[in-house]
Amino acid sequence: MDLILFLVFAGIAVVAAINVVVQRHPISSAVSLIAVMGSLAVLYLLLGAEFIAAAQVIVYAGAVMVLFVFVIMLLNAGGETKAGRSFVASLLGVPVLVALLVALLALLAFFSARLYPRDTEVHFGGFRGGTAQAVGRALFTTYLLPFEITSILILIAIVGAIVLARKELE
Amino acid sequence: MDSFIVISLIKIFVVFGALMTILAYLQWVERKVIAHIQVRPGPYRVGPHGLLQPLADVIKLITKEDLVPPYVNKALYLAAPFLAITMALLSVSVIPFGPKIQVAGYATWMQLTDLNFGVLFILGVSSMGVYGIALAGWSSNNKYALLGGLRSSAQMISYELPLSLAIAAPLLISNTLSLRKLVDTQDGWMWNWNLFHGFQYVSFIVFIIAGFAETNRVPFDLPEAENELVAGFHTEYSSMKFASFFMAEYANMITVSCMATLLFLGGWVAPWPAAYGSGYVPVAIFAIAGVTTVWRGLNPRRKRDRFTFPPFGVVFVIVAAVFLVPRLQSALLPLFWFCAKTGAILFLFIWIRGTLPRFRYDQLMGFAWKVLFPVAMLNLLATGLVIAAFS
Repeated sequence: MDLILFLVFAGIAVVAAINVVVQRHPISSAVSLIAVMGSLAVLYLLLGAEFIAAAQVIVYAGAVMVLFVFVIMLLNAGGETKAGRSFVASLLGVPVLVALLVALLALLAFFSARLYPRDTEVHFGGFRGGTAQAVGRALFTTYLLPFEITSILILIAIVGAIVLARKELE
Repeated sequence: MDSFIVISLIKIFVVFGALMTILAYLQWVERKVIAHIQVRPGPYRVGPHGLLQPLADVIKLITKEDLVPPYVNKALYLAAPFLAITMALLSVSVIPFGPKIQVAGYATWMQLTDLNFGVLFILGVSSMGVYGIALAGWSSNNKYALLGGLRSSAQMISYELPLSLAIAAPLLISNTLSLRKLVDTQDGWMWNWNLFHGFQYVSFIVFIIAGFAETNRVPFDLPEAENELVAGFHTEYSSMKFASFFMAEYANMITVSCMATLLFLGGWVAPWPAAYGSGYVPVAIFAIAGVTTVWRGLNPRRKRDRFTFPPFGVVFVIVAAVFLVPRLQSALLPLFWFCAKTGAILFLFIWIRGTLPRFRYDQLMGFAWKVLFPVAMLNLLATGLVIAAFS
């Protein structure tokens, strides 16, 4: 059952991810990206990380992508036009892509077998478990400092965005 | 395992059927209540007191011509109403309507499934519901629809923040994300409800206001403000596709009401323990309603009351008698309290629609960010401090 669900949603994620790049229209790309994030949430659920799955849907598929769609609608962006292909790109594009994919697969196969032998529980460092309670406990005890630093980083980003937007208005 | 699947399927059919009926009749209730607020009779031609009106509406909507305008983005135009109704109905799957009951030897919960992150699931699903409206507005290729879609996405992103913050406060008190356990912590007397926990009425008010905005209801129905935007995001939709948006709005209303009931009003728990006779409240209510209706039918003010009132009176009396059957009480009483509380909040939705005018758009956004968000934030902070100080 888990394997079937994994194959289905991993398949959807991959196809939708390719679709993000292939589609000409920004809205279609955005919708495909939402599908990618939704299927990623299901994959997290299959790994037992229910809080991450919910956060993935609420934050990424919900809030971030709504903003993407919102901006595309606001700018009323039309379809992309095909740029003239450079000679180098048309010559090297497909071979380089294939080479990169093969290299990635080889690396994954090599390292995952070494680092994560079969039947190990999914974990992040020393942290195992994915319930909201476990994640909250870890965030506010073991990883308190990184958590607070991240929140300050986000605050700085928000302030920066407002300052930049303000300047343009004046 | 097999019996689990069979029971789940039966439960899904029962809940789905009940939900669809409630959706149809909620619209009848809304029309009737609004009509009486505005001192007019409302629907009363189709069936006694217009009771068959929802059925007539369904037939009308199904048989209407299903028009797809030639200038729309077809794939997204067709997907949008489907997305809206799916997301709206999905959140019902985790809402518990009552405790564990025994049906024909099987013990089962009056809930489709219990997730231990149920609250987060509902938040996630409702945040996906925005796409139905936003994409409908965009794909219609119509300026009014686009403006409606834009307004709705901006409104829903803005009001999601105070909504989530307002939900967080009772969750801190109950210390769980599972909707089932949330109700268990509010058992017993009325003052165990999260609403009456110190200053939690603040979170309740914030939740209700944000909930109104999330469901695009008056006074926050800017996405479909008919005097400036024709019909907003669903201008180009006809027949069942229009009906899906309509049903999605009502399903979202029901979800918000259920959430308010579960989070703040103790879910299916009676206001006071059964030892003090809370079990006889529904009997009394239905018996009084039945006797009054029969008496009104026997002394009719209008001619047709003589024929329409007595049957309803008899039905009410029978319902009152059913509540006295001991074997059914364990299932019916929680269901009654859950429906009564949810119904009260649904009535509030309709009442406010009949009372308040619509916001202006800049007021709407200003209210979300300058009033509701700080209030919800401070409320959460204060709740956290109080809990930390007393535990």
